[in-house]
Amino acid sequence: MHDVNASRAANAFVPLTASAILVNAVGLHARPSVKLTQCAKGFAARIELALAPDGPWTDAKSPVKVMRVKAPQGATLHFRVTGPDGNAALAAVLALVHDGFGEA
Amino acid sequence: MSNSSFGNVGIVIVSHSPKIAEGAADMVRQMVGNAVPLAWTGGDTDGGLGTNVAGILEAIEAAWSPAGVAILVDLGGAETNSEMAVEMLAEDRRVRVVVCNAPVVEGAVIAATESSGGSSLAAVKRSAEEFYA
Repeated sequence: MHDVNASRAANAFVPLTASAILVNAVGLHARPSVKLTQCAKGFAARIELALAPDGPWTDAKSPVKVMRVKAPQGATLHFRVTGPDGNAALAAVLALVHDGFGEA
Repeated sequence: MSNSSFGNVGIVIVSHSPKIAEGAADMVRQMVGNAVPLAWTGGDTDGGLGTNVAGILEAIEAAWSPAGVAILVDLGGAETNSEMAVEMLAEDRRVRVVVCNAPVVEGAVIAATESSGGSSLAAVKRSAEEFYA
């Protein structure tokens, strides 16, 4: 379902990456986008998402940009997180996706 | 029509149609939650389609937050009447109220999302206006 193959080097600011499959029926539409950005805003880390492991990356704290990704159900959502609370941020956004944003 | 104030930026929705204003507010509440002061106003003083300055001033008051208030408007008169309402505020409040150049429904949801994360008034406005960027 997801792989936390994060690059956890000594430097806490090395980007952590992981992916998860969108399970909720509507994909990353308005309401899930709002929930994701609200979650992301709770962390200091830079949080980005993409539909492919090599990007293009979208700022997960921008609801407008997240909605524009238009990720459908079944899409693999890749996250790239950089910052002091990166581990917690990555766990939180992955949990949200796995949980279908509480509406799956 | 409104709820109590937190430290987050307040959102005011101004539409010519009270139904649109109320509906947009419903969307904000359901999608974003209750962490943001929110008020709406719509219709002229006779109950027809339009906007009125007094109604907008009441809505600003109802959604007031020390962090400021972002106003989302629909067409022409909603914007000019909102600007007029802002002009009529006391000076210390006037500087903390902005009219966003954004679509009223989408802008309200996005502005409230930004506000719910504790963002500044400038960040709330910028985020809502990303729709036209």
